[in-house]
Amino acid sequence: MSAITRDEVAHLARLSRLALTDEELDHFAGQLDQIIAAVARVAEVATDDIPPSSHALPLTNVFRPDEVRPGLTPQQALDQAPAVEDDRFRVPRILGEEA
Amino acid sequence: MSELIRKTAAELGRMVASGEVSAVEVTQAHLDRIAEVEPKIDAFLHVAAEAALEQARAVDERRAKGERLGPLAGVPVAHKDIFTTVDMPTTAASKILEGWRPPYDATVTRRLREAGLVIVGKTNLDEFAMGSSTENSAYKPTRNPWDLTRVPGGSSGGSAAAVAAYAVPLATGTDTGGSIRQPAAVTGIVGTKPTYGGSSRYGLIAFASSLDTPGPFARNVLDAALLHEAFSGHDPLDSTSINAPVPPVVEAARQADVSGMRVGVIKEFVEGEGYQRGVLRRFTEAVELLESLGAKTIEISCPSFAYALPAYYLIAPSECSSNLARFDAMRYGLRVGDDGTRSAEEVMALTRAAGFGPEVKRRIMLGTYALSSGYYDAYYGSAQKVRTLIARDFEAAFQQVDVLVSPTTPTTAFKLGERVDDPMAMYLADLCTIPSNLAGNAAISVPCGLAEEDNLPVGLQIIAPVLGDDRCYRVGAAVEKALEDRWGGPLLKEAPSL
Repeated sequence: MSAITRDEVAHLARLSRLALTDEELDHFAGQLDQIIAAVARVAEVATDDIPPSSHALPLTNVFRPDEVRPGLTPQQALDQAPAVEDDRFRVPRILGEEA
Repeated sequence: MSELIRKTAAELGRMVASGEVSAVEVTQAHLDRIAEVEPKIDAFLHVAAEAALEQARAVDERRAKGERLGPLAGVPVAHKDIFTTVDMPTTAASKILEGWRPPYDATVTRRLREAGLVIVGKTNLDEFAMGSSTENSAYKPTRNPWDLTRVPGGSSGGSAAAVAAYAVPLATGTDTGGSIRQPAAVTGIVGTKPTYGGSSRYGLIAFASSLDTPGPFARNVLDAALLHEAFSGHDPLDSTSINAPVPPVVEAARQADVSGMRVGVIKEFVEGEGYQRGVLRRFTEAVELLESLGAKTIEISCPSFAYALPAYYLIAPSECSSNLARFDAMRYGLRVGDDGTRSAEEVMALTRAAGFGPEVKRRIMLGTYALSSGYYDAYYGSAQKVRTLIARDFEAAFQQVDVLVSPTTPTTAFKLGERVDDPMAMYLADLCTIPSNLAGNAAISVPCGLAEEDNLPVGLQIIAPVLGDDRCYRVGAAVEKALEDRWGGPLLKEAPSL
């Protein structure tokens, strides 16, 4: 039995905002299936009594003084934008037809 | 070829400071060498000749004014193209950032400049540092100076190849699962993954934030220590930066003494399958050498290390799927399909499909899967528990020994194309390096000879506890000194194929 189906991979691609071709989906489905089957081994040793680590070092909240520091100018911030209009980032429409 | 390119970084720094040679002469010699070898190795994505000479002139002017120069002022360095640089393009070897000019310098970049190091250009890498061969670069593969048909390792393969080809004495890298140590091993040079949080991630394009660690490449241990010291230390702009002094790495590299040290040989990393015979032979000899130098060696078992690779390939993709969500085609970078009819979401999906390469897509989808509800506990949650077990194994080991050793990689450099469409085979290159990323401790790779089957370099990995980076250098320098006495000089006398 495969760990992941092609339909599931297509769903992951949508969630990941990746417009993949059919050929890519076929290709990735096989590879992801192989990878997921291999990494699933972690469950063998992950018993209930082991606390998870999200990070290598014990860290508590790190604060800095709340001081005003120079930031980017609008010109610097917009300098590398794909499209600009009236000193703002111009983006494609964000609402669907039904809105 | 100028004799200047044969010098160590320490020697070059001394010569510039004393006025024996100018920083401009040193820089020009290396730019000439880059022009000579670059057509063969393709180590750079961007060579900044003019900017480099300008930085060199500034160093010479400071000296002329009587300023005291630091130990690396006027020394050329190649910078992995994943650190932001205001005066050079920054691409992470991805088409999605082609031509991007960042509005700010990374902390590592700024510290290189402040130390008077001359940044000669940006080096090639696997796209967003995801890979072990530099073949995942969206622009070109880099070739190993020892054999141009082989990979230089990855992801920091451009930096490693540039140093091994004598194009620069120093380079920066980042190590998320082995991306400094593995390329250093397969190109016959020195590379360090410092303690996580010891070097700043500010301005480092994020791949897996809990693992990413900037570190140095050099042709000898002392030079690596000098670069390590130059860009490390607390940075308020990185919230995971450690607020503690940089471990005394330069002093340790000069000390080069292992007498009385306890060295643990990781059992799981010499007994498993997939290790090349010549790699194990050079490793065993290195352990015997450490004993002859007065170290006490014992075998140490770290049973959970067998689960490090699968845990890593859940944790790193999970973090990457989140980090790479920022490439949304809205504020910077590539935008595809914005023809006035498509929605922002459609433009995002088209841009990301066009701008990311296959390995990046694989990892984003794998991470999205591992984090999705219903699978989270079985995959990401279990991987985080394995991370705890690995840290415990290290903790227990370091109660018995001062450092641990293993081969850096199971095999020598593999052929270009050999593993490119077999992700699991590619991932195995990081088998021995991943545990230290998951636990955050320090590790170095130093050359320990050539495998007899293929005459390619083998790396010895020396692993130290968190903030014990100096131990890596102390042991590394001792091994280096003893091996150079035996060989009558460094392993890498010249890049053999160039």
